[in-house]
Amino acid sequence: MGILSKKDRQLITDPLSDNNPITVQVLGICSALAITAELEASVVMSVSVLFVMGVGNVVISMIRNIVPSKIRIIVQLTVIATLVIIVDLVLKAYAYELSKTLSVFIGLIITNCIIMGRFEAFALGNGLWRSFLDGIGNAFGYAVILIIVGFFRELLGSGTLWGIPILGDPIDKTFLYAFGYENNGFMLLSPMALIVVGIIIWVQRARSKHLIEE
Amino acid sequence: MEHIELFFKSVFIDNMVFATFLGMCSYLAVSKKVSTAIGLGAAVTFVLAITVPLNWLLDQYILQDGALAWLHESLIDYDLSFLSFIMFIATIATMVQLVEIIVEKFSPSLYNSLGIFLPLIAVNCAILGGSLFMQSREIASIQLATTYGIGSGFGFFLAILAIAAIREKIRYSSVPGPLRGLGITFIITGLMAIGFMSFGGMLTGGDEAPKEILVQNDESEKVSVKEDEQEEIVYEINNDIN
Repeated sequence: MGILSKKDRQLITDPLSDNNPITVQVLGICSALAITAELEASVVMSVSVLFVMGVGNVVISMIRNIVPSKIRIIVQLTVIATLVIIVDLVLKAYAYELSKTLSVFIGLIITNCIIMGRFEAFALGNGLWRSFLDGIGNAFGYAVILIIVGFFRELLGSGTLWGIPILGDPIDKTFLYAFGYENNGFMLLSPMALIVVGIIIWVQRARSKHLIEE
Repeated sequence: MEHIELFFKSVFIDNMVFATFLGMCSYLAVSKKVSTAIGLGAAVTFVLAITVPLNWLLDQYILQDGALAWLHESLIDYDLSFLSFIMFIATIATMVQLVEIIVEKFSPSLYNSLGIFLPLIAVNCAILGGSLFMQSREIASIQLATTYGIGSGFGFFLAILAIAAIREKIRYSSVPGPLRGLGITFIITGLMAIGFMSFGGMLTGGDEAPKEILVQNDESEKVSVKEDEQEEIVYEINNDIN
């Protein structure tokens, strides 16, 4: 890795594990839970957040010395809202069905604390390149959790991945269903997202003990 | 009647936290103690009750397709709904600042209890979510929008109060190390959300029926709805175990 120095690389790798935005920093939970019943929706949401965070962090970092700190929240909100409107319009144009599924949750990227949180904690005090890396690093950390949750919920809930049947046909009783396997419809209900994230936190903290709370 | 129905619907059935997972961040961050949870819950209710009707007006008279017609006939073709995100969030941020200033001026004691939470609220997803759901569910009048705002705020209040009380008690139980703190809170919230799903059958049917029939069947209808609901849950739980 010649392009990135060791410090820069940490900005991307830390959020994937020990400084994960969802399971450790507790940011951006709201949207992470509501839309993860399907893998496709989780991936699209992750890409949207990746775009907003990457560009947003760069913009905020660029104007960090001009904006008075008293009005910075509203400036940040304006920047995010503009980026989110772009995402929303692109989705409506190219993936209309999906944008119906995501409904208000695209709009809620604006108040996704992960974005405001990183603006405040990092982009306001660091240069362009490092802010950009921090933005995409945290967006990847967010994406990892979303994709894990989406994967398990879709696989166990409807036996498909990305809409493609994986475990056989539940009506014709092929493959796994021939042995009496049943889809767990419970996984499709939204409360299960919370429980799946809870289990991810459990596994993660059991593996890296220093994260355990007193 | 409409108002009561909408109120109960937004408190129990479409509960901000348990049904749509809005306001999760502050719900998790500020629920360690009951007293702070009450402060945040009250502040959210207060701000929602103001911003939802305000954004309803914005939506109705500026943003909707053809909403500008009241200004001039030639403006009827304009559809500004793509601007709703930025307009709503601007309204919310401004209102929160304004409320903060007014409360500080006129009621220092209220300011002391709510004050620190107000800036937090500008970026609370529950507030923006309230306005966005108000838009997408096409709430019919400004009175209903106010009821909806108060109702969903109260739902958030209820949820954060409940989890804070549970978290205060859970400190004395021996939770497995890695689950302590955040993990167990997630799982408890999940279980509470499953519990809240049983309210789903509360408002089914009976809306359009004539009054006499409603009165006659009142008892039996209630019982049957409850039983159905229970059966469904038992069935689902059995499925889960199997």
